[in-house]
Amino acid sequence: MTFSNSVAIVGVGETDYSRDSGRTELALALQAILAALADAGIEPRDVDGLMKWWVDTSTEAEVAANLGIPDLAWWGEINQAGNVGAALVAHAAAAIHAGLANVIVIYRGVNGRSGRRYGRGDVTGQGGRGGGAFTEPYGLLTPQHGLAMVARRRMHETGITSRHFGMQAVAQRRHANRNPRATFHERTLSLEEHQASRLIVDPFHLFDCCLETDGGGALVLMSADRARELARPPVLIRAAAQAGPGLGSPAGRAAKRLFDMAGIGRDDIDVVQIYDHFGPFVLFALEDYGFVDNAGRFVEEGGTDFDGGRLPVNTSGGHLSEAYLQGINHLIEATRQVRGESTAQVPGVEFSFCDTGIGTGAVILERSGPG
Amino acid sequence: MSTWRFERPPGLPIPEPSDEARPFFDALREHRLVIQCCTVCGAQAHPPRAVCLACRSTDFEWREASGDGVVFSYVVTHQAVHPALVGHTPMATVEVELAEGPHLYSNLLDVPPEEVEVGMAVRVGFEDVAEGVVLPFFRRRAQ
Ligand SMILES: [Zn+2]
Repeated sequence: MTFSNSVAIVGVGETDYSRDSGRTELALALQAILAALADAGIEPRDVDGLMKWWVDTSTEAEVAANLGIPDLAWWGEINQAGNVGAALVAHAAAAIHAGLANVIVIYRGVNGRSGRRYGRGDVTGQGGRGGGAFTEPYGLLTPQHGLAMVARRRMHETGITSRHFGMQAVAQRRHANRNPRATFHERTLSLEEHQASRLIVDPFHLFDCCLETDGGGALVLMSADRARELARPPVLIRAAAQAGPGLGSPAGRAAKRLFDMAGIGRDDIDVVQIYDHFGPFVLFALEDYGFVDNAGRFVEEGGTDFDGGRLPVNTSGGHLSEAYLQGINHLIEATRQVRGESTAQVPGVEFSFCDTGIGTGAVILERSGPG
Repeated sequence: MSTWRFERPPGLPIPEPSDEARPFFDALREHRLVIQCCTVCGAQAHPPRAVCLACRSTDFEWREASGDGVVFSYVVTHQAVHPALVGHTPMATVEVELAEGPHLYSNLLDVPPEEVEVGMAVRVGFEDVAEGVVLPFFRRRAQ
């Protein structure tokens, strides 16, 4: 039996987003966790599970001690880099479904601008060792280098262009302009400004690259049955799937498992969040997950815009315009869309899709019925 | 003819090969570009592997590649997003598809960044980058 709809997200929370938090990463994580628990109406003493990004510096022991958790029954982390948020939801849901824990908090707290900077290779650099022996000596030193290489080939093969990338960046900026939490809440972006922005690693312009952010975010998960006793309606985890190394697009492989578990089709999805370390990958993922055949044409038609688009994408502004919280802000926004609490709310959301790593993990969330 | 020549940023990392990859780098010192080949089924792998992906054999030989390839993809670093790149932008890095099939990353020695294109025909050349360390680079080749 799968855990489909047997586990729910019952609380979400985040800190303020800034370039210099003035707090430790542990303090950011705790602030986000307490916000998420307050949102759920759950006391820290009722938490018995903790899960984190492998790259997160705040250990479960530190978090448990600071929250005063009396009996931590389950903990864990998932490796790779920033792209594991939805995979953590899958692991946590499986653990709750298996009876290994009752209330699991998933957290991320990071000084991504004032501390170690992902965009400089601070976290992912290999010093010429391992796979880095074949990349770094030639100047492929940061995440943007390897991903720009993939993007260039995709442009060559499919005809998708930098202007299409710009259209998606503009759509997300419009969403951020409605979101008071967003870093770019007050700054608009035009396609012309995107095209005129400086090249970082060609083909990526500045506005194709994610922000660098200090901040934190957290989710609270528990069984759907127990969640119905809480004051607020739970957001059900209809399906979750991961895809690691293998043959072909990870998103394509994750999609098969995800939609098989969900028992619904792409057309049933009302709103989408996709991990945008680099904006062009939002468009690639829309194709790889099977939502559209031609993402360039889709974005030309305004298909990803919350206001009239057929499939609104990254409705908080995403990593490009809200904050780079490595997918936890996407999971929070996907939850808010189901609750009807987004600042770029899509009407009547029943199914909310969230990818947090172009295939490394994705979830489908569902609105719970009455009772 | 352009006289442009690639100047490798001296701060770029030097390879620290794994045990599986060491024969590849040893051959470079003799100015040979080699590809790991399974002695049982002939499958090629780059970067080198510990076990053959096709047949699970652990017996490998190293076959010399022709050195011909085409540019499969490329990037041009315009902003020095890493300390090693400061003062060395714009800089192109290419993904070369060798005639034998495997892909490897490199730089083009005689093509300025603004002239790099997908599909460009290239041929390997070897350069010392540190004491006892030789890496494979590529030059434009007539098709
Ligand atoms: Zn073999």
